[in-house]
Amino acid sequence: MTRFALPLAIFVVLLVLLGIGLKLDPREVPSPLIGKPAPHFELPELHQAAKTFSERDMLGKVWVLNVWASWCVSCREEHPVLLDLAASGAVPIYGLNYKDKREDGLAWLRGMGDPYRLSIYDFDGRVGIDYGVYGVPETYVIDKAGVIRYKRIGPLTPQIVKEKVLPLVQELDRA
Amino acid sequence: MPRLAALLLLLLPATWVAAKEAAPAAPDPVLEHRMMALAEELRCLVCQNQTLADSNAPLAEDLRNQIREQMRKGNSDREVVDFLVARYGDFVLYRPPLKATTFLLWFGPLLLLALGFAVLLRRLLRRRQSKEIEMSAADRRRAEALLAGGEAEPR
Repeated sequence: MTRFALPLAIFVVLLVLLGIGLKLDPREVPSPLIGKPAPHFELPELHQAAKTFSERDMLGKVWVLNVWASWCVSCREEHPVLLDLAASGAVPIYGLNYKDKREDGLAWLRGMGDPYRLSIYDFDGRVGIDYGVYGVPETYVIDKAGVIRYKRIGPLTPQIVKEKVLPLVQELDRA
Repeated sequence: MPRLAALLLLLLPATWVAAKEAAPAAPDPVLEHRMMALAEELRCLVCQNQTLADSNAPLAEDLRNQIREQMRKGNSDREVVDFLVARYGDFVLYRPPLKATTFLLWFGPLLLLALGFAVLLRRLLRRRQSKEIEMSAADRRRAEALLAGGEAEPR
C-alpha cells in the first residue's frame, strides 16, 4: 500500500495545481498602470468636437473613466450597471469612446441612455494604447491627485461596483 | 473538360482572397524587417497565444504602427519594448525578465531536473548496497546442492 502513497500524493498535488489553473483568468493581466499618474490626453468631446477634455481638468476630484465603443458586445451588457452607478451619484463617470464612428457612438448613447458626464472621442485608439486598453470595456478609478487606483478589464458587474468600486471611491473621497 | 472548368472556378475565389490579403509594401524594408523582428518577441494581448507579428487583431495592427512610428523617430528596440511594458506590463514579453516573481518560471525546470537526478542517484546507490549482502552459510549449501543437480530440500 505504501508503495502507491508517493505517486498518489504527486497526482493529488498535480490535480490541485491544475484545478487552480482552471480558475485563473488569463485575460486578467495585472496592469502596470495602477499607482501611476493617469497618462495625459487632450481629446475632442464626442458631442461637441470643437471642445476638448483632458484628465487634468479632473485634478482634485475622484472620477471613473470608462472605455466603451458601439461595436463592443460586452459594453451592452455593462451599460445598465453604468446607468445605475451614474444615477446613484456616487462618482462622476467619463467615457472614452474608443475606435468608433462618431455617429455610431452618439446613436448608442441616444438609444441606450447616457451615463457619462461627457465622452471623449479616441478615433485612432492612440490614447487607448497609453492607457493599456486591449479588451473593451475597461474601467479606471482615478484619485484626486490624478493617480490610477483601480483598473477593470472587461464589463463591470453590480457585484464589482458594490465590492470594489464604491468602497474605493468612498475611501478616496475621504482622503 | 467541364470538370476541369469547375475546378478552375473553385480555385478562383482563393486567388481573390490571397490578392486581398497582400499587405501594402512598406516604404522602408529595413525598418519593416526590424519592426517584424521585434514584434515576434511580443505578445498580442487580444489573441494571447499569437505574437504581435502574427496577429491580425486591430490592436496588434495599431501596436505595429506604434512600433514603426517610434523606430522612425530613432528609438532603440529597448525603448520601444519599455514603452509597451509601461502600458501593458511584462505580460507583453514572450521572454519575461528575471525577477523575484519570475524566479520559479526561469529555474523551475532546472530544479525539477536536479530533483530527478537526486532520486536517480539515491536509487543507484541503494541498488549497489543491496548487491553487497553476503549469502548465509545455509543459502550457500542449498545453492551448491541445486548446482550439483540434486533436488533442493523443500523450505
